[in-house]
Amino acid sequence: MPKIDNKVIQNRDQIIKDLGKFISKENILSHQDEIKPYETDGLTAYKQKPLIVILPETTKEVSKVLSYCNKNKIKVVPRGAGTGLSGGALPSADCVLLSLGKFNKILEIDFKNRCVVAQTGVTNLAITQAVQDNNFYYAPDPSSQIACSIGGNVAENSGGIHSLKYGTTTNNILGLKVVLMDGTITKIGGKVFDSPGYDLLGLMTGSEGLLCVITEVTAKILRKPDTIKAALLGFPTIEDSGNCVGEIIAEGIIPAGMEIMDKALIQATEKFSKAGYPLDAEAMMIVELDGTDLDVTELLKKIAEIGKKNNCTTVKISNSEEERLKFWSGRKAAFPACATLAPDYFCMDGTIPRGKLAEVLREITRLSKEYNLPVANAFHAGDGNLHPLILYDANDQQSLEKAEKFGADILKYCVKVGGVLTGEHGVGIEKRELMCEMFNQNDIQQQLNIKIALDPSSLLNPGKVYPILRKCAEQGRIHVHGAKEKFSDIPRF
Amino acid sequence: MELKKNSQTFQDFNSTILKPSNEEQIQQIIRYCYKNNLPIEIVGTGSKKEIGKNLQCKKILDMSNISGIMDYKPDELYITVKPSTPINSIQEELKKNNQYLAFEPVNFEKIFGKDSKEGTIAGALSCNFSGSRRFKVGSARDHILGFKGYNGKGEKIKSGGTVQKNVTGYDLSKLIVGSFGTLVVLTEITLKVLPLESDTKTIVISGLPLEDSLETMGSALNSSNDPSGAVFYPENFRNSFIFNDLAYPGSITGIRLEGTFGSIDRRIKNFYNQWSLNEKKTTILDKTQSIIFWEDTRSLKVFSNTDKSLLRAVVPPSETTNLISRLRLFHANYFFDWGGALVWLELDYLSSEKIDQIRKRVVDVGGYLTVIKSKQNLKDSTEVFTVDPIEFRISQNIKKSFDPKRIFNPGRMYRGI
Repeated sequence: MPKIDNKVIQNRDQIIKDLGKFISKENILSHQDEIKPYETDGLTAYKQKPLIVILPETTKEVSKVLSYCNKNKIKVVPRGAGTGLSGGALPSADCVLLSLGKFNKILEIDFKNRCVVAQTGVTNLAITQAVQDNNFYYAPDPSSQIACSIGGNVAENSGGIHSLKYGTTTNNILGLKVVLMDGTITKIGGKVFDSPGYDLLGLMTGSEGLLCVITEVTAKILRKPDTIKAALLGFPTIEDSGNCVGEIIAEGIIPAGMEIMDKALIQATEKFSKAGYPLDAEAMMIVELDGTDLDVTELLKKIAEIGKKNNCTTVKISNSEEERLKFWSGRKAAFPACATLAPDYFCMDGTIPRGKLAEVLREITRLSKEYNLPVANAFHAGDGNLHPLILYDANDQQSLEKAEKFGADILKYCVKVGGVLTGEHGVGIEKRELMCEMFNQNDIQQQLNIKIALDPSSLLNPGKVYPILRKCAEQGRIHVHGAKEKFSDIPRF
Repeated sequence: MELKKNSQTFQDFNSTILKPSNEEQIQQIIRYCYKNNLPIEIVGTGSKKEIGKNLQCKKILDMSNISGIMDYKPDELYITVKPSTPINSIQEELKKNNQYLAFEPVNFEKIFGKDSKEGTIAGALSCNFSGSRRFKVGSARDHILGFKGYNGKGEKIKSGGTVQKNVTGYDLSKLIVGSFGTLVVLTEITLKVLPLESDTKTIVISGLPLEDSLETMGSALNSSNDPSGAVFYPENFRNSFIFNDLAYPGSITGIRLEGTFGSIDRRIKNFYNQWSLNEKKTTILDKTQSIIFWEDTRSLKVFSNTDKSLLRAVVPPSETTNLISRLRLFHANYFFDWGGALVWLELDYLSSEKIDQIRKRVVDVGGYLTVIKSKQNLKDSTEVFTVDPIEFRISQNIKKSFDPKRIFNPGRMYRGI
């Protein structure tokens, strides 16, 4: 992480006193016990307590905190619900952690313009819950949707199981209220489509808390389709399931969701959720279709045929909403189910061309043997987003190191076959060192130039996403290949 | 301009029009212009050249040679093309595999009367003016997966990739779309493609007053019948649409349905029941007529060869009626797309003051206005795009980060960018 600014740490009491001028005392957490819950996010392998935690309640308060920190060169790490899996909300010892948990209100439900205006800390699921009585919903559905915040979703550009058809967060929001590091408050977008100038909404979405702090989100809501049905297909080999996905797409069908799990995960999730999965299958696919009853029935028939052509051994089609949800219950419990297999797991997040599925899974199996660590695979097959879950024991330092290397090797392979490092979890600190696998120094420098343009002192969520020395970001550049940085003794920002 | 044969090196820097024939030459030209502080106007086929502020650049970078499909993987749902590839030829290639670019870029051929036809893919992306399917599938910015190109220093940069889901680094692809060539000279673009809908029909309700039409479109968009177009033409445009099956006079409210044959008929039935369409002047346009109707909408047929000014307002659909009544004194011809969220306005007499007044009314209801064509050539004296001061400041910083010497299309969007 970036070099610790000891002066800031020494000034802790003064900073608390200063911030107390515009933040009420109960919203400043400074006792070690109070700040402990903020030491990590969903990437629990990394822990670090922040200097203090601030819980602002209004956008103006956020603005004042940022403005103060900007003037006094204090780092700020924004945090939503802390469910992120790439360490994007990991604090540093000298940072003010800005927790947006108190921004928990839905401000407006606007059916005429088909949108919901929510404060940043409102959970993803709460948006759907607010409109579901009128048969509307918010489309992106990351598996953490019960807990993750909409602002966090915007920061990470979260996806979910329905992204192939409905897109990710960036395709499902209309506006933001944000605060820049210098304290400037601005609205981006609104209740209208697209923007008249640069697409700042597109830039801010997925910027991982490095460019602005989000305080309000205007989310697009969609009318619920009349019919939603799912099919469960079991395959004797991973290749067969991969081919089946390719043929479904080639047939011109864009399912609402298309998920594959490998044998290890089928077994683990079935034990956990009793969803009725085919335990003898090497791979299992859940395909969900939505639309009119007629379309859904016809397309499911087609999918079953394609499945059979690709040697599928089991085909079940949901006959009721309960059954459909049961099909999903195992998949949605994939991560907790892994907790029954090992004390810890790393969830990787590469995206690959769909046609490379079998090849990449073979490589993962090979690496699993090489590293002697078990792995279970879940895969958003529709959009090529792979989630290998590497099982390890964090209490064993060697096991942790091996797991990290194993994960890095998987992601490098994803890039090698034409894919990318992360489909929906973000780079954070987890994949920072791997950025050079995908981007060269010009690419990274261009992105850093944007960062510097909006946050010249690099104070907002520093140390995340980019593997570049801060000094270099301002004056020049340095190439970091893989995880091997040239000057490892120099602190990075 | 002459190119030395068998050489990758660009020769004729003295010409006003610099026409590279490969990537290396693009880079040489940009580096040359960067070094010598020469502003460049970037053009493809020039189909949208008139949109934006007038440019007076010392050099013109003619990208029309940089054209062609580089990679197309129907199973992976993407196509990679060079920037000056004509949109038509991309759609033709995709059609062979029953696929298409779903965002229906606006075709300005009938407005600017150019031989350039529909223009290039880079032009469509630079403007981000998307067609009637916007509320369902998104605009051009939602269909770009990645790009390669050169920044204002002549450094090759890339962002995104070819996969559908990707959050690795900032999403620069979205920033490039709609930037009117002010940030990057593109050399490669990867786009998401989708399966063509197997069938389409359009419900046309004739003679609805504006308020009723907007309500009907709103209820269509809020229904589970999944429309992919909702447009309103007032009565004065009725004669622009001649279809065998369309017999009724009066305004046109068109609702497009796409999908499988059976499902479309089911959804049409739903609408008949919901809206008692039997009691209204309703026509169903079949596939052939429907395709023509929406092509006419996409190419702004009702404003064909207009010698008037053309404005584009995007507003929250709940505010459309309010906006139209507030604009009545300007005596504009108009039609709505996107279920009322997009208003095209044609005006005879326009002045900078008038544009400011119209823009204020659009901004007051939460929207934005873009001047597409101005008869009186007001583009130097008025803003073409809508931007607030803070967004302007951010945009200026972003521009600097890509193009520090402001050599790419300087001033095309705003003064200072």
